Amino acid sequence: MALLTHDLPPGPDYGLLAEFERVDDLYRACERVREAGYTRWDAHTPFPVHGLDGAMGLKSSLLPWIVLGMGLTGAALGFGLQVWVHSYEYPLVISGKPYFSWPAYVPITFELGVLFGALGAVFGMFAINRLPMHWHPLFNSEQFERSSDDRFFISIESWDPRFDAVATRRLLESLGAREVTTVGAA
Amino acid sequence: MTRTHTDEFENPVDRRPALILDKPEFRSITDAVVAPLDAPTPIGWWFVFLPALCLLGLLGIAVSWLFWEGIGVWGLNIPVGWAWDITNFVFWVGIGHAGTLISAILFLFRQRWRTSINRSAEAMTIFAVMCALIFPGIHVGRVWLAYWLAPVPNQMGTWPNFRSPLLWDVFAVSIYGTVSVLFWYMGLIPDLATMRDRAKSKIRRLVYGIFALGWRSSNRHWQHYEVAYLILAGLATPLVLSVHSIVSMDFAVSQLPGWHTTIFPPYFVAGAIFSGFAMVLTLMVICRTAFRLENIITLRTFDYMSKIMLVTGSMVGYAYAMEFFIAWYSGNPYEMFAFTNRALGPYAWAYWTMISCNVLSPQIFWFKRARTSIPILFVASIVVNIGMWFERFVIIVTSLHRGFLPSTWGYFRPTIWDVSCLLGSFGLFFTMFCLFVRFVPMVATAEVKAILPQADPHHAPRPERTAASTLRPEPVGGGAH
Repeated sequence: MALLTHDLPPGPDYGLLAEFERVDDLYRACERVREAGYTRWDAHTPFPVHGLDGAMGLKSSLLPWIVLGMGLTGAALGFGLQVWVHSYEYPLVISGKPYFSWPAYVPITFELGVLFGALGAVFGMFAINRLPMHWHPLFNSEQFERSSDDRFFISIESWDPRFDAVATRRLLESLGAREVTTVGAA
Repeated sequence: MTRTHTDEFENPVDRRPALILDKPEFRSITDAVVAPLDAPTPIGWWFVFLPALCLLGLLGIAVSWLFWEGIGVWGLNIPVGWAWDITNFVFWVGIGHAGTLISAILFLFRQRWRTSINRSAEAMTIFAVMCALIFPGIHVGRVWLAYWLAPVPNQMGTWPNFRSPLLWDVFAVSIYGTVSVLFWYMGLIPDLATMRDRAKSKIRRLVYGIFALGWRSSNRHWQHYEVAYLILAGLATPLVLSVHSIVSMDFAVSQLPGWHTTIFPPYFVAGAIFSGFAMVLTLMVICRTAFRLENIITLRTFDYMSKIMLVTGSMVGYAYAMEFFIAWYSGNPYEMFAFTNRALGPYAWAYWTMISCNVLSPQIFWFKRARTSIPILFVASIVVNIGMWFERFVIIVTSLHRGFLPSTWGYFRPTIWDVSCLLGSFGLFFTMFCLFVRFVPMVATAEVKAILPQADPHHAPRPERTAASTLRPEPVGGGAH
């Protein structure tokens, strides 16, 4: 698995790209594509569309568990560092406090938990989404540039088991797509 | 609400007035935000950028002279061992709090008007934290030993004292800076992709493309992205409250009358939000006009912001009063002296400047006419920031200058190098902000588009859908879904 590029499909084409003008058309189209049993497909929207995850039938994200794990790791490291320094590595009486004065360790424990959790959220999101990925077949399509502006797209990959160049195109056209185009793989 | 013209376009989803005016299309939002970045550099930008760059140069000179000559070039000396430098530090950290408040706390409270200002408020936070971090860095005297603050092994075999609020501060502020950058950059990715896709020249396409990380607006990505955003907001909210609480503990944990008070953490956090909102308001009043974003950054946004300033300003006023009450109620003569001296002693001029700027001036925001008047907002926001700078000066200097022994009493006067450092930090702040508005979309377009009425897939239900939903019986005790 190359880190910065997408896996290449077996055929000459990446798949079909359908362009929609309205959010509600895209939303219903996503419901139909899901009902038709496609699995290797995606919707592309300039902003997150409310409820589209459900319409596409996506499973809930694993990211919260990554963040929880990272946050607890950070907090444990922070607390451990302070205990190790003040009880073992460099025991020193300061203001008559005991070596193991845990209430004073709370702020840094908390801060490191937040730091690791935040790093886990951002870099965990990158890892799940396989970003950065600076090259992708969809970037071959010129109208796809509007996916970050004001248009909505559905892409169905050619190596979806249900993919059929004619039938899939007909399905997308029947869902109110403004235009359906074939996207090359290279 | 005739003044703001916001009622003319009602959002049909929740029957609330539209947040973005003039019935925008998705594309018109992109155009409005990106057009100033595509256009040649406006002459007015240079009129801000060049003076800011000169002030940044002044900071370079002031800091170099400080390093060369030592801390003696500043006016601080025993008994006033902390003065102008830490005042600047607390001032800038405080300003930084508004960015996270707007981007995280208002996000959790579903305040959708925040989308027009959150990007620039987050950028402002980062630049303010950069300014803040300078001061504790340079005031340690031997700057080349500043790494002793970090928990790394050194040649003496010593370690920092983790029980000290000063070290908590190092962690809190640097982690706050890091998390703010992460939050800001993650929010930027979709807009950087927009910049990449619209870029005309190859260089721009390449540079924005590299930073956009190959974002392709995929909903499978948005799903995790939104979760990450929500989690970051959830993490940043307690973080931002902890940061200024910890800054306040630098003072509150010490045994000094005037500093040793339990009200400090909430009082500092309220003051931080107050000053940060004032700074966002100052910047937004300028940018809104300069980049013609009147329909996105609406008077309604300013109306809400000034209400928050009224609340936090009054909380700060309450804290000032409560400090005096507790000083009297404690029956402690040193405590009572510290506060009488603050209001009536040699620094009374600073104290009453603070009261008039922070407590009296925001009271004008009781009036809607003031909350929606650009000149009043602009002047009041600057007045508030002057007041908030004086608040930190009053807390730090008046508590120190007259200690327990009258033989050690003194009076702090700043030197030209103190003043140069403060002006220079404004140079750094405005230089960074100028670069930001020139190269980065200053409004989060993806977020603004998402609050437009037509962004909701159900805002104009088809007839068959409506019919189906009316046939369905209403759930008992509605609103459970």
